[in-house]
Amino acid sequence: MKYLKQFLIILAVSLIGEILKDVLPLPIPASIYGMVIMFVCLLTGIIKLNQVRETGKFLIEIMPVMFIPAGVGLMSSWDVLKPVLIPVSIITVITIFTVMGVTGIISQTIIRSSGKETGHDRVYAK
Amino acid sequence: MTEFMQNSAYAGVTISLVSYAIGAWLKKKFGFGFFNPLLISIVVTILVLVASNVSYDTYNEGAKYLSWLLTPSTVCLAIPLFEEWELLKNNAKAVLAGVFSGVITSLVTVYVLAKLMGLSHENYVTLLPKSITTAIGMGVSEELGGYVTITVAVIVITGVLGNIFGEFICKLFGIKEPISKGLAFGTAAHAIGTAKAMELGDVEGAMSSLSIAVAGIITVVFATVFAGLI
Repeated sequence: MKYLKQFLIILAVSLIGEILKDVLPLPIPASIYGMVIMFVCLLTGIIKLNQVRETGKFLIEIMPVMFIPAGVGLMSSWDVLKPVLIPVSIITVITIFTVMGVTGIISQTIIRSSGKETGHDRVYAK
Repeated sequence: MTEFMQNSAYAGVTISLVSYAIGAWLKKKFGFGFFNPLLISIVVTILVLVASNVSYDTYNEGAKYLSWLLTPSTVCLAIPLFEEWELLKNNAKAVLAGVFSGVITSLVTVYVLAKLMGLSHENYVTLLPKSITTAIGMGVSEELGGYVTITVAVIVITGVLGNIFGEFICKLFGIKEPISKGLAFGTAAHAIGTAKAMELGDVEGAMSSLSIAVAGIITVVFATVFAGLI
């Protein structure tokens, strides 16, 4: 029953996200609205952590599996991808390196120069 | 057998999950980055579907329930974010500067390479939103007049590459702070990268989830500016 209740709360928040997406004219997906709403509800105490925690952690843990269908979907977009394959591949690979590198290095430089707590000494759940 | 496969709603998904489990087992056994369960599952599933002549639509009859869970799961990314809220507040400057510079780097890299390779305006704007989450990226590509199908494909490939090579890239650039690793995964490889960041730790996962939303929104604003350059 606990898991059912937790899942119900998560679905209700997803539904509100879907409604917002329908009403607001922005290119923002329902899931992002839902994430922000869930966060605000947790912060304000409208939803308590123990009302969503276990089911939420389970969903996050199996999340990679949910991307399999999108990946397999590449087989049907192969025809449109083929003519631009070379430039697209080059851009995709190089961008991964530049974006990860710049984001990581800039944020790390700022963190280290400020000397605040960085999460290093945390005991991780996994 | 083939005929059964072509009508089954469960066969395709089962193959996906079994190959994912085998990938996870191989990774655990050999601890080798190439054995990425997501990649193995995608490749094995495509090979089996093509070999048994099953269309993607048939496969998706069953597989769509996996995708259906994505929205509620993304909503749940707020949970680790909430648990790491103090840490995030204390490092707000690093977080914002990191994600902002990452988004601009993504747009600049696409612009420079597109210019060098002489891509058309349509192909260029198709690639501009490639680092952000699919749903926002599709909207941006459509708005700018790109090919939405290609944008979706490139976003997925970007995510999978980030998922596979992210740890290696962090090592390469000496990115060791958990916060910075998370930001790098989320900004460069959206939710698929975040799935990996979650495996690295709670801080990495929380920062990566946050980056998806922030990077998406910054890209919406700046992609329009960059779109006028080619």
